Amino acid sequence: MGMTITEYILAKASGRRRVDPGDNIWVSADILMTHDVCGPGTIGVFKREFGEKAKVWNKEGVVIIPDHYIFTADPKCHRNVDILRDFVKEQGLPHFYDPGTPSYAGVCHVALPENGHCRPGEVLFGTDSHTCTHGAFGEFATGIGNTDAGFVMGTGKLLIKVPASIKFEIDGTLLDGVMAKDVILKIIGDLGVDGATYCAMEFSGPAIDALSIDERMTICNMAIEAGGKNGIIAADKKTVDFVKAHTDKSFECFKSDKDAGYLKVYKYRAEDFRPCVALPFSPDKVFNASELKDRKIDRAYIGSCTGGKLEDFIAAAKILNGRKVKVDTFIIPSTVNVKRAMEKEKIDGKDLFTIFREAGCQEPGEPSCAACLGGPEDTYGRCNNKEVCISTTNRNFPGRMGSIDSQTILASPLTAAASALTGYVTDPCEFLK
Amino acid sequence: MSKKIIKGKVFVLGDNIDTDQIIPAKYLNLVPTIPEEYKKLGSYALSGLPAEHKTSYIRNGGMETEYPIIIAGRNFGCGSSREHAPISLGAAGCEAVIASSFARIFFRNCISTGELYPIETATDIAGNFKTGDEAEITIEGADVHITSNGKKYTLKSLGDVLEVIDSGGIFTYARKAGMI
Ligand code: SF4
Repeated sequence: MGMTITEYILAKASGRRRVDPGDNIWVSADILMTHDVCGPGTIGVFKREFGEKAKVWNKEGVVIIPDHYIFTADPKCHRNVDILRDFVKEQGLPHFYDPGTPSYAGVCHVALPENGHCRPGEVLFGTDSHTCTHGAFGEFATGIGNTDAGFVMGTGKLLIKVPASIKFEIDGTLLDGVMAKDVILKIIGDLGVDGATYCAMEFSGPAIDALSIDERMTICNMAIEAGGKNGIIAADKKTVDFVKAHTDKSFECFKSDKDAGYLKVYKYRAEDFRPCVALPFSPDKVFNASELKDRKIDRAYIGSCTGGKLEDFIAAAKILNGRKVKVDTFIIPSTVNVKRAMEKEKIDGKDLFTIFREAGCQEPGEPSCAACLGGPEDTYGRCNNKEVCISTTNRNFPGRMGSIDSQTILASPLTAAASALTGYVTDPCEFLK
Repeated sequence: MSKKIIKGKVFVLGDNIDTDQIIPAKYLNLVPTIPEEYKKLGSYALSGLPAEHKTSYIRNGGMETEYPIIIAGRNFGCGSSREHAPISLGAAGCEAVIASSFARIFFRNCISTGELYPIETATDIAGNFKTGDEAEITIEGADVHITSNGKKYTLKSLGDVLEVIDSGGIFTYARKAGMI
């Protein structure tokens, strides 16, 4: 029997010719990413276990991207970034994106590929569950905890179980108004939040091939919301062009064999997807936006690693251009690079920030995770009361965006923007006619 | 084969208890490897449960729980990779979570840290318990069961991971096995 792309990568990383689902193997990591929420604890584990004087296994392999609690007055949050700074200095780490300096990047999952840390065929571990995002580059990427990360930091290796793969094949062409977010929400709705627990979710087919890199990232980003260990899309010319534009390092592209073994294969027709939302409090409570016209919202939030990339803002701007929002609308570029690109990107001769300002959106937030996960009470865009927020983020568990009394409705940037215009959940097609 | 017994009151929860409910994001500024902050994380364990949960896991102002055993439904620990989640439970004095299934990263973090036993059930047994019931879990190799009110429920074996948790987590295990 052949192997899947995930199995090929893990076989290579463990020095074997073949691996099978369920095998427990030691794999070598190419990149270990950590941020301000889990970095200090990871460093704590690393020092406790390997000693105060220990050195990381490979300086080039460790990437530290503070992004979660950056724009807050909370002293502990600042202390945590200081722990990262001290460690970077002590170890002489070259890849550190320090807040308050020109190297500051923003949300780790968008910053990693922008800075050339994502390459096909590699193994990337991150202390963040949405590390699965980077499967969009044809690599094996998964989230781990501090203890495992401390282990990787010292040894460059981790014992993992090879996941079985589930294939999602999407034929045809997505309709106007339908984004990658709608595709992944629908899939999560069909599978349930534990439908892919422990599995690799492999996305393929003409509709996936047609997606841009930003949109592929959105799909892989939410694999974890179905319980997946990783999401993955085979690298193609688009991937290779993107990666080569961001790094000189060589890499190897893998593809699944025709006779590879899958736990399950799901086939979808792209034309069947509609703009949809996930209602509180679970990403699998998925309904078509058009069915929920009476569902009132209090605010809209466009940002995060899922929905705060350049294309997400272009999509939102297309809807908001020349119109006025009816609810508080928060715009948060995921990274500094995205913010710069938004200043340059023009629709009808206007840059995206001008469009958002004219539409009556709130003054944009600084690139970071902001209110995607609530955070300290002074966090930009945080739901501090009973707000119902339509959001381009990825989770809507109780209290996810702040107060336990608030509610999050997950949507694509098009749907979030259309809903901001009406104050109710709205199918963006109404504004695209 | 050593026998392990966990005895005490149970705390009953439903399906899909995510990491924001186990430890809300606003407490993630605490660093688990700093001893005072480890303890503090314990005091906030399960503080993100919605209001319909009448009983708190930690009594107001307390640092530890009176419930060493949690019994839940499907997909316990879904959501983020924050190790703060199993750590807050462990720091609060939780010794085992029994659930019909676990989210992968949470499960893995329990093992790597050695904080608590994540034990799966073959069927959803949460409905047979109420918060406050006295129970006793026995782990003896592949034989894992819980008894309460004179009834015995068989639980799934922990398999290979029992040894890792028993030895105190992935580091002690890897050292014992000569891997590091
Ligand atoms: S933007 Fe949200 S989901 Fe993405 S890394 Fe930040 S907190 Fe996590």
